[in-house]
Amino acid sequence: MCATGRNELWSAWVIEATGLSKRYGSTLAVDDLSFTVPDGRVTGFLGPNGAGKSTTMRLIVGLDAPSAGRITVNGRAYHDRRFPLHEVGALLEAKAIHPSRSARNHLRWLAQSNGISPRRVDEVLEQVGISAVARKRAGTFSLGMSQRLGIAACLLGDPEVLLLDEPVNGLDPEGIQWVRRLLRSLASEGRTVFVSSHLMSEMALTADHLIVIGKGRLIADASVEEVIAQASANHVKVVSPQAGALRPLIAAAGADAEPDGDDTLIITGLECREVGIMAANAGITLYELSPQEASLEEAFMEMTHDSAEYLAGPNATESTA
Amino acid sequence: MNTTEAALSTRGVRKTLPTPSRAGQFIAVMRAEWTKLWSVRSTLWSLLVTVAIIVGLGALFCAARVARANHLDPGELRNFDPTGFSLNGIFLAQLAVGVLGVLVISSEYATGQIRATFGATPQRTLVLAAKVVVFMAVVFVVGLVACFAAFFIGQSILSGTTKFPHASLGDPGVPRAVIGGATYLAVLGALGIGLGTILRRTAGAIAALVGLLLILPILVNFLPSPWNTDIGKYLPLSAGNNVFHTAKLSSTDLSLWVGFAVFCAYAIASLVIGAVLLTRRDA
Repeated sequence: MCATGRNELWSAWVIEATGLSKRYGSTLAVDDLSFTVPDGRVTGFLGPNGAGKSTTMRLIVGLDAPSAGRITVNGRAYHDRRFPLHEVGALLEAKAIHPSRSARNHLRWLAQSNGISPRRVDEVLEQVGISAVARKRAGTFSLGMSQRLGIAACLLGDPEVLLLDEPVNGLDPEGIQWVRRLLRSLASEGRTVFVSSHLMSEMALTADHLIVIGKGRLIADASVEEVIAQASANHVKVVSPQAGALRPLIAAAGADAEPDGDDTLIITGLECREVGIMAANAGITLYELSPQEASLEEAFMEMTHDSAEYLAGPNATESTA
Repeated sequence: MNTTEAALSTRGVRKTLPTPSRAGQFIAVMRAEWTKLWSVRSTLWSLLVTVAIIVGLGALFCAARVARANHLDPGELRNFDPTGFSLNGIFLAQLAVGVLGVLVISSEYATGQIRATFGATPQRTLVLAAKVVVFMAVVFVVGLVACFAAFFIGQSILSGTTKFPHASLGDPGVPRAVIGGATYLAVLGALGIGLGTILRRTAGAIAALVGLLLILPILVNFLPSPWNTDIGKYLPLSAGNNVFHTAKLSSTDLSLWVGFAVFCAYAIASLVIGAVLLTRRDA
């Protein structure tokens, strides 16, 4: 492998999925997914439960073989490496540890398998704050402690690329804060962090870039700001005593106006400026004219509500629409 | 780790990524498997139980035989194999070894740890090979200690009577039988790993192991003659157990080394099938 030939790839993106599909029996868990994860940043991998996030993570590290397409890390398949932990650290399932083995021994065998110095074991135990229980059996650990052990395993090889599947699951608020700070600091060191979550609010606090999937398909691949902008694009709220008179004008301009109560219209397809001019020209009084910025949570709901695997029934669907 | 590859990291820091040879990786993975094996308590306990059964049961059998020395009928005295008799504990101990072999891999599937294993070492066949080499070596050494102990203790008990002979290590076939006992157990451990790899579930793999070793011979015995002996001699137990005896256990058995080769073939076949499934299946 020629080092110079790879530099180009390293500087552009780290993880690259091309036409990636994974079928389990009759279920298509990942459906023709293509995306790239940029380097040196935290990229959030978002989607409702069952969207195919964990499957994609498993495909990245080669635990499952794709039914079609390919996924590479730093330009080559994960399984082309003999000692992958030096390059890629992954937290897939926190509880994937033999319950009668101590935390320290779990990290010891991982380190040995990849020729990592045993000193790193104590360093990462210290870093994640479980040195005190390092000799206890992992089976006695709470989910939070298991997550910390999983993150320790992730950091063991001092990798440039970190993959974390739902790392804050089961953590207490203090633990969640700790994970956020850790991910931010890893990215600030120039590492690439790819972290999945079904919680938009979590990603709003940690991620720079988002890859949103639903039902195994790509919904968005953009920065956090772009995702919000995209979802709340051209929503304008108008409050006017003459809402009824404004509505046909908006329809004539080719935009959409949904009444929201007697005096209020939610307009899609026009900017505030255009609505203001239109109202002034027609002599319509406006009480309020404001752009509607969706929260990341709302943007997420909007993007994924068609693709959510499980919906809460027809009424719930309408209220989100 | 004899060659290194410098790759320019995203941090602008030149991180040296180790690119080990296949042999270097195999040694690293064997060390990891060694750590895995000894960092769960069940390993030590199972091996202690194995030693206790081989030594204890062998001594018990020998003592019982000496106690009944004056009541044995001529048939029992003829063709008596004192070496094999002192090693009879292997018949029970093999279950402990086989189950431990199953657990070497099935416990990883049960706990989900297999994903950490294959995440750290994507070369799955190499992981399986490392498990087999490490486990067979451990079982062989433990088995050797147990078999020699059972032999010496058993012979010293058998020497308490003149009704039937006892053996010494210099007698023909004796060192082969004692070392053969340890070898038999090591191969059986490999069969356990093979079955565990194919079936992935602990209970299923143990059932398959017990079925193959103990249940199948009983069922085959019910077949009409000569099918029962023609088929029965190829079953793992009757094919393999002559290696830790100095006289043929049954006149219908295969010859010593042919039988042992058939026994090894079971382990090899299970590992080959296991390796193929391991690389084809999702972890």
